[in-house]
Amino acid sequence: MTGKNMIKRLLALLLLASIGAMFASLLLAYVPDTDLNFTARYYAEHTAADIGAANIVTAIIVTYRGLDTLGEVTVLFLASGIVGLVLSFGRKQNTTLRNLVPVGELLTTASQYLAPIIMLLGVYVFVNGHLTPGGGFQGGAIIASGMLLLLLSDPLKRFSHTLIATVESFSGVGYIALGLVGLVLAGGFLDSRILPNGVLGELISAGAIPLIYSLIGLKVGAEFSSMLTSLSETEDL
Amino acid sequence: MSGLMTAMTAVLCIAMLVAALVAIRVLGDKSLPIAILAAGLVSLLASVLFLILASPDVAMTEAAIGSGLSTFLFFFVLARIRSWEKGEREYDGEKHD
Repeated sequence: MTGKNMIKRLLALLLLASIGAMFASLLLAYVPDTDLNFTARYYAEHTAADIGAANIVTAIIVTYRGLDTLGEVTVLFLASGIVGLVLSFGRKQNTTLRNLVPVGELLTTASQYLAPIIMLLGVYVFVNGHLTPGGGFQGGAIIASGMLLLLLSDPLKRFSHTLIATVESFSGVGYIALGLVGLVLAGGFLDSRILPNGVLGELISAGAIPLIYSLIGLKVGAEFSSMLTSLSETEDL
Repeated sequence: MSGLMTAMTAVLCIAMLVAALVAIRVLGDKSLPIAILAAGLVSLLASVLFLILASPDVAMTEAAIGSGLSTFLFFFVLARIRSWEKGEREYDGEKHD
């Protein structure tokens, strides 16, 4: 190892140690809260009556802080769009030139059985987002990991970009449209109370939250899937 | 937090530190695939830690994206880099150091 590399390593270690010291000071000063703070108490007390969602986190993400979620979805949309744009330059029609490592029998067989179940789990997670932990982002990521399994078992498999783009656009437009409907019928943009709140804990309850979260789930799933398929189809850059 | 939980959390933290050291190639045999797997392991253990801290929503995100998608994204990119480098010279793995 040369002296230049030694200095580099020392600097990296120094940086790590200082970050560690910063976190250690945070950890040492940590005192657990004995009760909820003002905002948290408001959410804990009012969510069930106002929004009708059993999962308070979902109520905050979709309704109380709906605009932030729209921003997150936009960031993800931009990221997947830019990945697609950059990788489209390296995409070639002729894929027979690539010499591939043969895929194992275990992976091929397992992916045939597991991929549908994984995607079903993803749909379950975002449809039940207002009742159980999880929601659109988690469900979408699970769907994309099902797609990833399919791509791993057959690297030459091609998914329809038109279908992925159509699902993504329709769910995005639907999400914004539901938000605008909230502006007219309920308290404001992305207000979920355009539909009746229903009975707390039932599948069809919590106003428009199941609809909005399903659309977010489809959108996130389509975005991750389009990134993965673009990566898989790219030959060289 | 009960005594068992505290002990479990301590074990998880130590395992995460070891995995993180493998991931930045300080420990272990310093191969890139093992470093990527170790980085995924850090995320997986972090998601268990989030579950212990009673935030299942964050735990699901961490498990699906941190240990699932990003690990395989790294492998995709690693495979691309290797097939690209093969054209120029034989890949050595430690040539950059």
